[in-house]
Amino acid sequence: MPDTLAHPVRFGSNAGQPVTRRDGIAKVTGTATFTADNSPENLLHAVYVPATIARGRVTHLDVAAAEAHPGVTMVMTPGNRPALQGDPSAKPTMFSFRIEVLQDDSVRYAGQPIALVLGETLEAATEGARLLNPRYAAEPARTRIDDDEAAPVEPGGFGRPAGVEHGDVAAGHAAATKAIDVTYETSAQYHNAMETHAVVAQWEGDKLSLDVPSQALLMSCAGYAYFFGIPAENVTIRAPYLGGGFGSKAIPTGPQVLAILAAKETGRPVKLMLTRQQMFGPVGHRGATRQRLRLGIDDGAALTVIDHEGLAATSSFDDFVEPAANASQGLYAAGALRSAHRAVRLDVGTPGPMRAPGEASGSAALECAMDEMAEAAGIDPLEFRLRNYAETEPGTGKPYSSKALRECYMQGAERFGWSGRPLLPRQMKDENGLLTGWGMGTALFPCPMFAADARATLRSDGSALVETSAIDMGQGAWTALAQIAADSLGLPLDMVEFRAGHSSLPDGGVAGGSGHTATAGGALHAAGGDVIRQLGEIAAADPESPLHGAGNAAFSARDGRLYVDGDDSRSDSFADILARAGSAELVGNGSASRAPEDAEKFSMHSHGAVFAEVKVDPDLCQVRVTRMVGAFAAGRIINPKLAESQLLGGMIWGISFALHEEAKHDPRTGRIVNADFAGYHVPVNADVTGLEVLTVHEDDPYVNALGIKGVGEIGIVGSVGAIANAIWHATGHRIRRFPIRIEDLLTA
Amino acid sequence: MKPFDFVQPRTVDEALAAWEPGAAWLGGGTNLVDLMKTGAVQPAKLIDITRLPGLDTIETRADGATRIGALVSNADLADDPGFARSFPMVAEALLSGASGQLRNVATVAGNIMQSPRDAFYRELDPPSDPLSGGASLAVLGTGGRFAAVNPSDFAVPLVALDAVVEVRGPGGAREIALADLHLPPGDAPGNSTALRPGELILALRLPAAAAGFAAHSRYLKVRDRTSFAFATASAAASLRIEGGRIAEARLALGAVAPRPWRVAEAEALLAGRAIDADLFAEAAEVALSGAVAVGGNGWKIELARRTAARALAMAAAGTPARMPALPASPFAPQAGDLIHA
Ligand SMILES: Cc1cc2nc3c(=O)[nH]c(=O)nc-3n(C[C@H](O)[C@H](O)[C@H](O)COP(=O)(O)OP(=O)(O)OC[C@H]3O[C@@H](n4cnc5c(N)ncnc54)[C@H](O)[C@@H]3O)c2cc1C
Repeated sequence: MPDTLAHPVRFGSNAGQPVTRRDGIAKVTGTATFTADNSPENLLHAVYVPATIARGRVTHLDVAAAEAHPGVTMVMTPGNRPALQGDPSAKPTMFSFRIEVLQDDSVRYAGQPIALVLGETLEAATEGARLLNPRYAAEPARTRIDDDEAAPVEPGGFGRPAGVEHGDVAAGHAAATKAIDVTYETSAQYHNAMETHAVVAQWEGDKLSLDVPSQALLMSCAGYAYFFGIPAENVTIRAPYLGGGFGSKAIPTGPQVLAILAAKETGRPVKLMLTRQQMFGPVGHRGATRQRLRLGIDDGAALTVIDHEGLAATSSFDDFVEPAANASQGLYAAGALRSAHRAVRLDVGTPGPMRAPGEASGSAALECAMDEMAEAAGIDPLEFRLRNYAETEPGTGKPYSSKALRECYMQGAERFGWSGRPLLPRQMKDENGLLTGWGMGTALFPCPMFAADARATLRSDGSALVETSAIDMGQGAWTALAQIAADSLGLPLDMVEFRAGHSSLPDGGVAGGSGHTATAGGALHAAGGDVIRQLGEIAAADPESPLHGAGNAAFSARDGRLYVDGDDSRSDSFADILARAGSAELVGNGSASRAPEDAEKFSMHSHGAVFAEVKVDPDLCQVRVTRMVGAFAAGRIINPKLAESQLLGGMIWGISFALHEEAKHDPRTGRIVNADFAGYHVPVNADVTGLEVLTVHEDDPYVNALGIKGVGEIGIVGSVGAIANAIWHATGHRIRRFPIRIEDLLTA
Repeated sequence: MKPFDFVQPRTVDEALAAWEPGAAWLGGGTNLVDLMKTGAVQPAKLIDITRLPGLDTIETRADGATRIGALVSNADLADDPGFARSFPMVAEALLSGASGQLRNVATVAGNIMQSPRDAFYRELDPPSDPLSGGASLAVLGTGGRFAAVNPSDFAVPLVALDAVVEVRGPGGAREIALADLHLPPGDAPGNSTALRPGELILALRLPAAAAGFAAHSRYLKVRDRTSFAFATASAAASLRIEGGRIAEARLALGAVAPRPWRVAEAEALLAGRAIDADLFAEAAEVALSGAVAVGGNGWKIELARRTAARALAMAAAGTPARMPALPASPFAPQAGDLIHA
């Protein structure tokens, strides 16, 4: 990796180092075991049967034909579905949704389960599923945001965002000497991790073993346990590797629960893996939005008001309303702030959190609106943002725990060459006559901490075992968390055996919200600290130890030895301390935490600034992002190489959001007609050129013990707006709908 | 997928004998198997023709024509140096299609016979309320009906160069001009060709004269994604330039009609004229003069017009010495490395 980091941060010998992904070789050689790689003996294969209409009832399934097919062992339909102990509509854990598990014969979205077919082979079950040949009584499908009445959202926690109001909004509007009132639309997007949702389920009495990709192992255990009426500790989940999650694998989904139910019913292990096409519906998506933004400025270009109303599509039977409008609340120092959310119920699967939920869609609209406001003010978009820089959190006035956004702006602009940007659009052409434009966007993402526990065991040979049920979904937890754990024990990485990805380990929390490294890492840090503390006590009390009597002095751990702080001549090795004490091992425990008074006192966010260059063919209107620079301040960076990958991945998703991703419904059936990777486009290599990430140094003493803010999602935020603004700068056209297509520019 | 019989004949005669109503020839399978999985086509029998001998060569015949065996892969044809030199826009079109993996497997006969794989076609019944944008709906050659465009890039330059399809079937051997291979749409959308039941394509042939355009020959493909996407509009343009004037022109458009769309009127207009941008705009105007917007896709007509004019200008500027880094893309106007996107 080119060392693009402004200041590599080190706090021990491991963290801060660009350690190469430790699971990389296993993955590229195919030895890493993903869920569907498991095939226990006596396995049955389940095939999911999705509804092919979006609204109505299933009137007939040819179960007899399916059952008659050789190798088909069971056809599960609403007619014979064994009982579940839990209520599918209940939400047993955080982040839960109502699950669709063949409750009745009604169809609420295309892709909803209408049956599950089991077979001795995947082929037999697949053919059985085809032979079901469903007939329907279909009703007209509502799949577009205007297809039904919008209603205000009743605030109610997760999925039902409350609006926010700070200051006198009416006065803010009235005080504006210039104002804009613009509406932006974003399309429905589907997570589509490379690894589709899968499960391998095995029952032994009332004990359930699952291979299942999960972003939250212990929480998922509790969820599955609820549906099957067993204690959570009876459920074991193995998930050493996830082929991506992006928010769609946090909780049990209907298809997975059905497969587990089939395993229970048949008494045999059952494997289910959704096809790519089946990913479009039952496992969440980013709901479409329409957002209205009214901004006003005074004569000094200071924002008098940001008034952001979001309308989001959700399902007809559950709530997840994209909290898009709230993305504009923590960023700019406006005199007054308001956000409000409305929702429209459509015949689609329930949306859910998808990488940067709320922030991605909301920032896309906000950053474009900021650009439009800067244009109206006649000032440079960066200058406009600096004039409205929030020194304290807008609305609440809380101080930031740390905020190096100004440095992000400056370093990013410098690297990009922003100062040469003409103010007016359509001023730049490259040597081939392509219209060239530069745009920017600001990125903001909160720093949540979840609960997590970890255990560290120092062994008699001086090596250690550290354990937590953390999740590597490709982001690099196997590596970054091991680095933290090794540092917490003062050991080199190869002296630490790191175990994760199994529910029998201490609860590593949720890999989500960009908070996993901070949370699971915090727990590991505390567990290692606990071991060192105990070790110090033993050594100080041991007359044979060079550390004897140094009880009140602080110790530090380095390379497997304890040192008296400031006196390198007094040290003792871990192994010797344990040997003399006659201990085979020493166990420490730790939990993640954030000081409650700091959580109360400070606003805690990662920040960033994204600069984009696009080229647009003046006649053909084809767009290409040719350069992007993202500068991010996200607290301590544990592994610069992995952090850069996360941030680059986010920026690439920004390209995807701005120019490619869109699920298209057939208005007649309500089906998504581009439900595969030939039709549902994400950028290919040729679309991704010249991306660069800078991480800006930031010390945050308050956010958590390690000063980590998280880099998982912020890369998308700001990037979408930067690209759209660059397109305006190149062409002079504001396209207020994502993705931006050739026809939009051609007809602008 | 509906169950089907599967046979692997070892000779062309065996293959022809294996044919029965409801059977389909299986080339690389990259189109056919996809459509079988979705249920859009449901053959009762697959006749795998990839083991047939002698159909995988590119040869120059005594009369100067180039004959491409039906089983030559898209990748092998594009990468054949002699072929790319003589027919650069055909190579460029091939390299702009699908992905490297697909081109390795896809056969040339399968390519020209491919059915639209887009949503509209797979939904089987034509929409009363067309899908948003109408990007894949034909604006030419439909008689005002809804029809999906022919998706092949390769067929566009081929039709401009008077390619001929050699077939054999129960009734013996015959030749079909590629321009006549794809029939106008009937009531149902989809793939209807002039092949008679049981006829197998053995080769594609380019006449000797086709190589006369090599110096001024380009394929241009416009789409939202830079690579690995079907065309929203495309054009193959070839000029034979003598003494600064266009002696002869060839122009065909892709992604606008249910077949590769050759525009003889535009070619006639260009012949004998001096190179100039207004002339290309005029030719493009003529090329799209009969176009009818469907499902709100009037923009596509304008895009096709601009694509045609640009392709002509690119051809006039001359075939690049090396394949552009992004073949057929407006973003690789300079000759680049032989990096296939
Ligand atoms: C994701 C994706 C993206 C694609 N993008 C593009 C693109 O950008 N541009 C483009 O041009 N194409 C694109 N394609 C299509 C691709 O070019 C075709 O799938 C391929 O060329 C078909 O060749 P094949 O040998 O696999 O044909 P098959 O799938 O084997 O056959 C296709 C059809 O041709 C018939 N057939 C095959 N051989 C013969 C023969 N010898 N005689 C008579 N009939 C025959 C078959 O019966 C069948 O009807 C894409 C395909 C995919 C899957």
